[in-house]
Amino acid sequence: MKKELITAVMFGLLIGCAPEKPKNVEDLPSQPSTSAPEAVLTDPTKGIGAVKNVTLKSPLEKERVDRGLAIYEMKCQACHKLDDQRVVGPGWHGVTERRKPEWIMNMVTNTDVMLDKDTEAQKLLELCLTRMPNQNISIGDARDILEFMRHNDGQK
Amino acid sequence: MIPFNNRPYMKMFMKVLAVISVAFTIVVVDSCKPKGPQEAVTGNAAAKVYVAPGKYDEFYNIVSGGFNGQMGIYGLPSGRLFRILPVFSQFPENGWGFSEETKPMLNTSHGFVPWDDLHHIALSVTNGVHDGRWAFGNANNTPRVARVSLKTFTTQEILELPNSSGNHSSPFITENSEYIVAGTRFSTPMGDKTDVPISSYKKNFRGTVSFISIDKESGNMKIAFQLLTPGFNFDLSRAGKGPSHGWFFFSCYNTEQAYTLLEVNASQKDKDYIMAVNWKKAEEYLAQGKGKKVKAKYAHNTFDEKTHMATSTIMDEVMTLDPSELKDMVYFIPCPKSPHGCDTDPSGEYIVGSGKLAALVPVFSFTKIQQAIANKDFEGEFAGIPVIKYESALHGEVKKPGLGPLHTEFDANGNAYTSFFVSSEIVKWNVKTLQVLDRVPTYYSIGHLCVPGGPTAKPWGKYVIAYNKITKDRYLPTGPELTQSAQLYDISGDKMQLLLDFPTTGEPHYGEAIPASLITPNSVKFYRIEDNANPYVAKGEKEAKVERKGNQIHVYLTAIRSHFTPDNIEGVMLGDEVYFHVTNLEQDWDIPHGLAVKGALNAEILIMPGETQTLKWKPDAVGVFPFYCTDFCSALHQEMQGYIRVSAPGSKVPLKFSTGKIEDEGTGAK
Repeated sequence: MKKELITAVMFGLLIGCAPEKPKNVEDLPSQPSTSAPEAVLTDPTKGIGAVKNVTLKSPLEKERVDRGLAIYEMKCQACHKLDDQRVVGPGWHGVTERRKPEWIMNMVTNTDVMLDKDTEAQKLLELCLTRMPNQNISIGDARDILEFMRHNDGQK
Repeated sequence: MIPFNNRPYMKMFMKVLAVISVAFTIVVVDSCKPKGPQEAVTGNAAAKVYVAPGKYDEFYNIVSGGFNGQMGIYGLPSGRLFRILPVFSQFPENGWGFSEETKPMLNTSHGFVPWDDLHHIALSVTNGVHDGRWAFGNANNTPRVARVSLKTFTTQEILELPNSSGNHSSPFITENSEYIVAGTRFSTPMGDKTDVPISSYKKNFRGTVSFISIDKESGNMKIAFQLLTPGFNFDLSRAGKGPSHGWFFFSCYNTEQAYTLLEVNASQKDKDYIMAVNWKKAEEYLAQGKGKKVKAKYAHNTFDEKTHMATSTIMDEVMTLDPSELKDMVYFIPCPKSPHGCDTDPSGEYIVGSGKLAALVPVFSFTKIQQAIANKDFEGEFAGIPVIKYESALHGEVKKPGLGPLHTEFDANGNAYTSFFVSSEIVKWNVKTLQVLDRVPTYYSIGHLCVPGGPTAKPWGKYVIAYNKITKDRYLPTGPELTQSAQLYDISGDKMQLLLDFPTTGEPHYGEAIPASLITPNSVKFYRIEDNANPYVAKGEKEAKVERKGNQIHVYLTAIRSHFTPDNIEGVMLGDEVYFHVTNLEQDWDIPHGLAVKGALNAEILIMPGETQTLKWKPDAVGVFPFYCTDFCSALHQEMQGYIRVSAPGSKVPLKFSTGKIEDEGTGAK
């Protein structure tokens, strides 16, 4: 519980640290949530964390795709390939079809809690055997990564 | 669970028994005098220092490591050691002074100096109260001062001191961290004429006291001015505070100006001096252009938190002020028998001098010093500097306090705690009344002592820590060389009570203790990779690469749980110098990676999350050399490794690198 609180607080800080990036307000939770178990009860397929509801747009938001690619190359590429090959972590191909957008964003931003409590995340840990690192990714950055994943999965 | 070995525990048990039986006797003989508190404190000493698993200590104790040249970070009241923080000495454990980025921090006018002797700590203060920003330390041997960030617990800056030898009375600090100081232990010949007979000491040898300004925002240090002094040995110092803010007090010995067998020859006079410096006056003289710039060669080294790199700059001049010409700035106050400690109380009114060989402790009054100066109540001059009459400056003397007084710290209730080296004890006395209130033995031969906040205007009190010079039989023996030792006493009651022995690394020369609440909330957990401005950073595996520049091979290596990129490198020739620039891509707390290369003639390096550090390696043979991660990082840490192939000079093997690329045996470079 304490860890969750800290993580939630960290999100708050991170959002505060990155004002230069335009964010869609509806994508962000109104306030950092600490009621993780509730989220599990409401919809377990959305994972655990501050992200409750993500609105996806079509066509893709190009700016987000570009930013998502840059973050991917700095913080994710070391373990995730863009095809379906698993290296340290699973390849990203098809991830947006396998997982809900909220689940992806919670996995990226609330990694430790997800690995400790989310059944699907735990299955992945059993498969990969390396705990996914907390890469200190803000919710805004996670949204950009999600957009890049959609692009990677051929969505338009 | 019990932090005592059997023997002392038995001893304590026997002691308790003895106390109980004595108490019993007293109760029987005189029921009006129960010895309650002593028994109670003795009985729960263990509980008072017990910090349960997962709980935090109340204070940080930042302790100089003496001859190890580092700072030790301990918790109080547990006495647990958290970190050895490298400052003036190379530290193979994390690569400090070995990595290309940190080597310039140990540069001096003499070249690269890999070791020093760190004696004293000064924590930054605002309005006389700890502010938790920086810790300063002095290098005794090759005179330098260092500034350590209490956010990252890393050394950020090292400034060498010209015209100085044996920087001992340092780095004590003024009330608003305006200055730290540095006084010469050794006086030496200076300027153009330095090749002189040692026997010409009185004529040619001089001392200096440097005032180093601290930038309010960045903390950057600069020698504001050096005071030229007679050829004495300067020992210790403390800044004035409150009413005495603007003044600084230095103890000096060897006013005999001996240059051989000082043990005898510097102990001839009945009194040496405390030197009182009016630094506000010095600032006035500087503003009037009365300082003289002199040529001087010294290094100024700074560490950049964005590039994670140090830069060393050689400076070529320094500002000096001569108090024999510039009046009303420096005064001498006679102080008995080779004064050592020179400590100002929290109010700033009292200055305690401790003559190492004196049988009393004189306490001077700032008000009386000012009156004596106003009335020109001088007994004479030394080298053009007025000497105030002892009695005119004196508040009073603590009579028969103990043997070998050294240092004094204070609590918030008007009490002083003085260490006595020869009689191995701490003596508590009242600053105003000069009455001795209590004494406790130390084990053994205490040097400095520390009350949390004891040198500041606002002591936090609660404990006094003895930093001892002799350990002898306090711990399990480990051959001729033993652990060093400190002791913790509770001072919250009228009587001091021994709570704990704790071993220390290096010589625990001096330390300051500060409430954890002033430091913990600001502690940095990792460096943001986005902010990394190291010229050799690889922000992601896409930027990992190997480049040749002449005979230099630059490997932009990334590390993340649990692999390096690239981890196969070929095309290096014997005679090349290989630079492994390792960027730790992790962005989480407590996930350092390390790098070690077979045959490297230096050390490993540890790279904190988001940081870039560089290990230089010059292969000495043809072959394939392994490298690996030294900091246990994940279940697959043992798999975090790589190979680098070294070919004969002039070989046709092309430069290439990869990770995760599996080639047929036949397609590998031949």
